[in-house]
This record gives sequence, structure tokens and C-alpha cells, in this order.
Amino acid sequence: MLIILFDGIAYGMLLFVLACGLAVTLGLMNFVNLAHGSFAMAGGYITLLLVNRNGVPFFAALPIAFLVTAIIGAIFERTLYVHVYAKPHLDQVLFTIGLVFMSVAAVDYVMGSQQQYIQLPGMLQGQINLFGINVGKYRLLIIVICGLLTVALQFILASTRFGSRLRAAVDDPRVASGLGIHVKGVFAVTFAVGSGLAGLGGALGAEILGLDPTFPLKFMIYFLIVVTVGGTSSITGPFIASLLLGIGDVAGKYYVPKFGAFVIYTIMIVVLIWRPQGLFARATAR
Amino acid sequence: MSQPLTEDIGGYVAGRARWHPLEIAFWIAALASIFLLPNKHLILTEIAVLALFALSLDLILGYSGIISLGHAAFFGFGGYVAGLLAKHEIVTEPVLALLVSGFAALVLGFVTSFLVLRGSDLTRLMVTLGVALVLREIANQIDWLTGGADGLQGIVMAPVLGLFPFDIAGHVAYVYCLIVLFAMFLLARRIVNSPFGLSLRSVKGNPLRASAVGISVNGRLVAIYTVAAGYAGIAGALLTQTTQFVSLDVFSLERSADVLLALVIGGTGYLYGGIVGSILFKLMQDYIANLTPQYWQFWIGLVLVIIVLVGRERMANWSAPLRALLARLGPRAAHGVRTARPSPAARPSAADGP
Amino acid sequence: MAAVLETVGLVKRFGGITAASDVSLQVEKGARHALIGPNGAGKTTVINLLTGMLRPTAGHILLDGKDITGVEPHERVHLGIARTFQINQLFADLNPIEAISLVVSERMGAGRQWWRLVGKKREIIDDIVGLIEQFHLADVMYDRTAILPYGKQRLLEIALAIACRPRVLLLDEPAAGVPEAERHEILATIEALPKDVTVLLIEHDMDIVFSFADRISVMVNGGLFVEGKPEEVARDPRVKAVYLGEAVDV
Repeated sequence: MLIILFDGIAYGMLLFVLACGLAVTLGLMNFVNLAHGSFAMAGGYITLLLVNRNGVPFFAALPIAFLVTAIIGAIFERTLYVHVYAKPHLDQVLFTIGLVFMSVAAVDYVMGSQQQYIQLPGMLQGQINLFGINVGKYRLLIIVICGLLTVALQFILASTRFGSRLRAAVDDPRVASGLGIHVKGVFAVTFAVGSGLAGLGGALGAEILGLDPTFPLKFMIYFLIVVTVGGTSSITGPFIASLLLGIGDVAGKYYVPKFGAFVIYTIMIVVLIWRPQGLFARATAR
Repeated sequence: MSQPLTEDIGGYVAGRARWHPLEIAFWIAALASIFLLPNKHLILTEIAVLALFALSLDLILGYSGIISLGHAAFFGFGGYVAGLLAKHEIVTEPVLALLVSGFAALVLGFVTSFLVLRGSDLTRLMVTLGVALVLREIANQIDWLTGGADGLQGIVMAPVLGLFPFDIAGHVAYVYCLIVLFAMFLLARRIVNSPFGLSLRSVKGNPLRASAVGISVNGRLVAIYTVAAGYAGIAGALLTQTTQFVSLDVFSLERSADVLLALVIGGTGYLYGGIVGSILFKLMQDYIANLTPQYWQFWIGLVLVIIVLVGRERMANWSAPLRALLARLGPRAAHGVRTARPSPAARPSAADGP
Repeated sequence: MAAVLETVGLVKRFGGITAASDVSLQVEKGARHALIGPNGAGKTTVINLLTGMLRPTAGHILLDGKDITGVEPHERVHLGIARTFQINQLFADLNPIEAISLVVSERMGAGRQWWRLVGKKREIIDDIVGLIEQFHLADVMYDRTAILPYGKQRLLEIALAIACRPRVLLLDEPAAGVPEAERHEILATIEALPKDVTVLLIEHDMDIVFSFADRISVMVNGGLFVEGKPEEVARDPRVKAVYLGEAVDV
């Protein structure tokens, strides 16, 4: 049972790292970016190329994946996304779905459609005995890295100037802009970091979630669930939502295999019926 | 009360639903395609099915403002019901099976309609997508009934109305689909030109004010969502009946995205958008698939991106003259179209009102 | 002296803010009742509560003696209450004919009829024509609401409420934002309302208030402050104090 909990936490934290960029993007600019999963996929494949084809050490490849994906995100944001911010949600959906289709097909063309496996360093394979339980080393790593990231994010948001500017801009972009906060710049940086985090999550998650060109389509719903259930006005919301979903999914698939996949969808539908703004959104959230 | 004003307004209101010559020309052309394009009946059948599906999406998206990323839920549900009815010979006559499947999808629509009443656009996206994926998962799990990932095999269709067996070349299938499309279109046309249809447009435009003038917003949304689900179910059933096969991909995100794209290409809110868009979409898809069979999704994605970047308003303006013509007839929720302004003094139709 | 519309101890709290506290208001049949007060006094909140847009934290609303506190907003319209909005709430893509025929069809119970064509009934056409004429919309009646000049939009705003043929009409600053030159149309329309229609009017323009109202209620900080005939209210020193700086001439 504890192993289920452990695995569920690992899965949930991974989901969080993957989805938090989307949450902030949505909360900040009210922009529905369904192509978020494509950045995750990019991070996964970049790491694959670095580690498998070029012998870069796994731990070095991770930050590179983060950076490269962040840069890709920044470029896309400045050249493409910026034209779509003011458009209605339907247009944003169409636009980002179009990007997803393009990325899926492009990756299929370049890398092939089979599932890929990143060569993990030996020290990460197998299990380790922690407090009397045998836990997977890789999953332990995920919990550690994602935990550190979460703490870092919370620190940045709560204790740095950039963080307070970001929170102000999420709260009310017009007022923030009136106070001299360069909302567009804040958003550009946030989008880049969010995409980078997605890339990092994709790299970390390749082992657990599987890496193939259909990744953005398969996992789109998961990211959206995290964001909708968790709300977009903080990162604690998505964090708790991710844990809830991660544990729920792993537990569901273990205890009731036939219906395991439904657990996540059911949680989502129930939450949305009960609280359409998500579990943790403020009453005045958009 | 001035008599000229009464005549003008009376004539205008009556004229809104009158059949425009272009419409009549369109349907005559469709009828003619049965005889003039016998080699193309297979793809024309696909177009007709997609057109009906897109029409159903227009009812909720174009007329009522509900964004759905999971409309395939009803399409697929209707498809599977039709498949099961045929395979297990519960209802063998296709038209009857079609009605049963449509009704089943209608009920599903009603049951899930309350999910789209509350919350923002994003919530609706989520919930509709979630429902479609849940259905897909259910279909996947109960593979003893649905055939799972392999699809429902062994469907054999009985003759339509007991008289017209489905032929390999697809002629009967096409005529069948075209007639169903036309009939459903007539019904939809009636609905959108009714006071109910007008209230839908008001709900889309300003739900607050709609409620303040006595319209039950939730009631209307539930009603149209239910009807649209039934339409989508019929479209799905048509697909199953004409291809004698149904599998999990009828519920997929790609299916919902394709119909959304088809509708957007053609334009929302004037009923013909789904049909026009489906023709364009299928032709485009066919052309691209011939060039790059494996990666055509890339080009479809590119088209989506370009459409949005160029702007749907701008695209609507390019076709403005055509749309102004269509706009003058009946369903007129088209984006960016300035109402054609007939001068009150000289309105030839006012004199020969119904 | 029958109160057709009455609130009993109406309270509305938003978190820590009390927008309306213990508002007990009686509006008599056929009255021309004005609700005035400084900005933020809670006047629009009262209208939102009366129409059902907001649920009260406490208190009751009575229409002809019947408790309608739990009735849905669209239902209240069918019971005879209609309102206008301070900021125009119109249907941007519909033209005046369509907007008015929408309301008229709804009122005549045809709103749910999907099989009928709009405007087949003669009474509906006559009603639409009457309203178009009454509100001087004939010259813009084919134009999308979004492109109408503001004065015409304001007229349409009121026309939609009148099209409901309400027994009780709640007007929220009908002349707001209307340029001086176009005000007379609005005012004339309000003056010409049938005598058996009860009107509750929120206005800041004191000229309109004192020329129109036969009873005035003053709200301050969410509560009813002073109530009475216009002359009494105008003379009341407390009212003058509240409106410090505003000339109240009768």
C-alpha cells in the first residue's frame, strides 16, 4: 500500500512539474495552450538524443533539456503565440491543436513512431531500501527533483520581486500594468520557464509515461485536469490536484484495474460539477 | 400604427426564412451529384456524414456558443449503437436503426448536458473532452461487446427500407446519406428560424440579458445540446452503416478536432458552414493524404494555425459578398456580417408576404 | 394602498462587505418611485436582488403579497417584473427587430416553439411594430445593435424591458451616459409609460427624479435612509448633508 502511495506521489509530482507551466499561463493570460504537451515531448526527445545518441550524462542532459525547451518556448511565444492572445478561446484552442498536430507529425517523421527509451544511468536503475520499503530509485529521484523544483517555484513566487510581479499580473493584469509592471515581459519569461519545466518533466517522465509522438495527445487531458481541478490562481492548487490525481490514478489502476483509467476522469467530472472553477480557485478567479 | 412600417417589418420577418435561390441551387447540385459524379460516391458519402456531424456542432457552437472538444462522444455513441443493432440483428432495417441510434445519442446528450451549463469556456472544453474520453475508455474496456481496439467486426447491413441493398460501389449509401442529411437539414433550418432558434442566439450573445427578458438560459442550452447530440449520433450511425465497421477512433480527440476544423473553415452560425466546410475539409484531406499518406496531420495542423493567424473575421470578410447574400435569407448569426440593409421604401418582398 | 412590490429586511453580504442591510421597501401599484443615493449606496444591488440576479443573504421579496425570494430571474419576468441595466446589456449581433421580436415571442409563450417561424402570428408583428415606433427605432431597425449610436442603444435597452409588458418596471439609470440632446427621447418614453405600470427608478439626475417621481427613497451605505414625498425629501437636512455639494432644487 505504501508503495502505491509512493508511486502515486511520484506520478503526481511529475504531473505537477509538467502542468504547472500550463496553470500559470492560463491564470496569467487566460490563454488555453493545448500544445503544452508538445513542449514536454520536445524535452523528452531532446534528452533522448543527448543521452542515447551523444553520450551526454543523464544528469547533465536534464538541465539542457530544460534550457532548450525554454528557448523554444520563448521563440514560439514571441513569434506565434503573441498574435493569438487577444483572440477568443475557440481560436486559441484551434491554434494550439493545430500546433499539436504539427508537432506530432513532425516528430513522427523525424524520430519514427515507436516508443523510445532513454538509457538511464546504472545508479538509477533498480530499487533502494528506504525506511524498510523497497522503492524504485528512479521514482525516488523524481520525487526529489520535483520536490526541489516545487520548493524553488514557491520561493520564487513568494519571496522574489519577479514572483510578486507575476502574482500581481495574474491577479489583475491591467492594474499591474498601471503600476509599471511590464506584463508582457513577465509573461514571456513565465511562458518560457513553464515550457522549460514541461520539457524537463517530459525528460523525467519518459521512463514512466512512455515517449512517443502521440505524447501530447495522450496526456493533454491529464494536464488540463490538473489545471481545471487545481485552479489557476496559485501553484498550491495544481500541486495538490496533481498529487490527488497521481495517487488516484495509480491506486485505481492497482486496486480496480478494469476501471483504473476512469478514476481520473470521474474525479474531474465530479469536481467540475461541484466547483466549476476548480477546487482551489478564488471566487473571483476568471 | 403606420401601415408602411407594419408591412416593412412584417415582410422582413417573413422574409427571413424564405429559401434563397442559392440554397435551392445548392441542393439541386447535391441531387445532381448522384447522377453526374457516380465515381465519387464514396468520398461524397464521407462528406455527407461529416457535414451532418458539423451541422450538429454548429447548432451548439455557432448558434448557442458552447465550445465542445468532445462532440465525438455522441457521434461515436450513435455509431456503436447502430453497429450493435445491426450485428446482433436487434433492429435490422437501417432507417429504423438510425432513428434508434440517434435517440440513444440524444438521451446521452441530455444526461450530460448539465455538465456544460456551468463554468467557463475552459471548463466546457475539459468536460466535453472528458466525456468523450470516458466513453472511449468504456468502449475499450467492454471489448466483449464492442470489439475493443479491434473494432466491431461482422456488421452486415440489411437493405434500406427493405428495398435497397447497400452495394459495393456505394451508390445506395450515398443516396441514403444525402437524403438523411437533407431531412436533418430541413429540421435544423426550421429550428433556427423559430423563436426558439432566435432565443439561442440571444443566449449566445448575452445570457444575462436573455435571462432578464424571461428566457430560461439553462433550459434552452439543455434542449439544443440534447438535439445536437441526437444529430451527431445519427451522423455516427450513418458512418457505421455505410462502412459496416466502427472502432474506438470514433471517440477520439482527432475526430472532435476534425469536425471543429471543418465547421470553422466553412463558418459558424449560418447552417451551411458545416456543409461547405466539410466539402473543403474532405477535399483538402484527400489531396494531402495522396501526397503524404502518413503525415497529412501535419498539414491539417498547419491549416488550423494559418486560419487562426489570418483570422476568422478576415476570412469571413473575404467571403462577405456571398455571405451577405446568404445572410439575407434566414439563419443570420454569421460573424462579422453587416446586415444587408434593404431600404424601407422599396422592398418588393413586402408586398407579397405569406 | 397596496404595495405591489415589497422587500422585507433584505440583506446582501459579499464576504466582508454588506451591500444591502435590512432594506424594507414598499412600492405601491402605479407608483413612480425613485431610489436615489450616493454611488455605492446599494441601489443597483437592490435591483439585482429584486430581479433575482443575486440571492439575498437574508430577507424576503414579495410580489402582490406572494413570496418570490426563491424564484429564478427568468421566472420573475413572467410574473411581471422587468428591468433595464445601467450599462447597456444588449444583443450585439441582433438588430432591433430581432431583439424585440425575441422578447415579444417569449412573452407570448412562443419562445420554446421550435417548429414555428418567427413572427407568423399577427399579434406579434403588431406588438413589434408598436414598440419600434414608440421607441423611435424605425430608422435603425435593420442595423446590428453593435453599430447603433449610443442614444438608440439606450432606447433599445428600455424597449426590451417594455416589450416584456411588465407590471413592475425597474429602471437603472435610464439616462446614464446619454448626451443632453438625446435625453428628451428617453424622458418622454418614461413619461409615457402606462399609469398602471409600477416604476422603480434609480437615477442620479435630480431633474429627472423630481419631475418624474411621486415618492423617493434615499439609500446610503446599503441602508434605507429617508423616504417620503419628493418635497419632503428635498427639504430634509439629512439628505442635503448626504449629498453634500449637490444642489437639490425643487
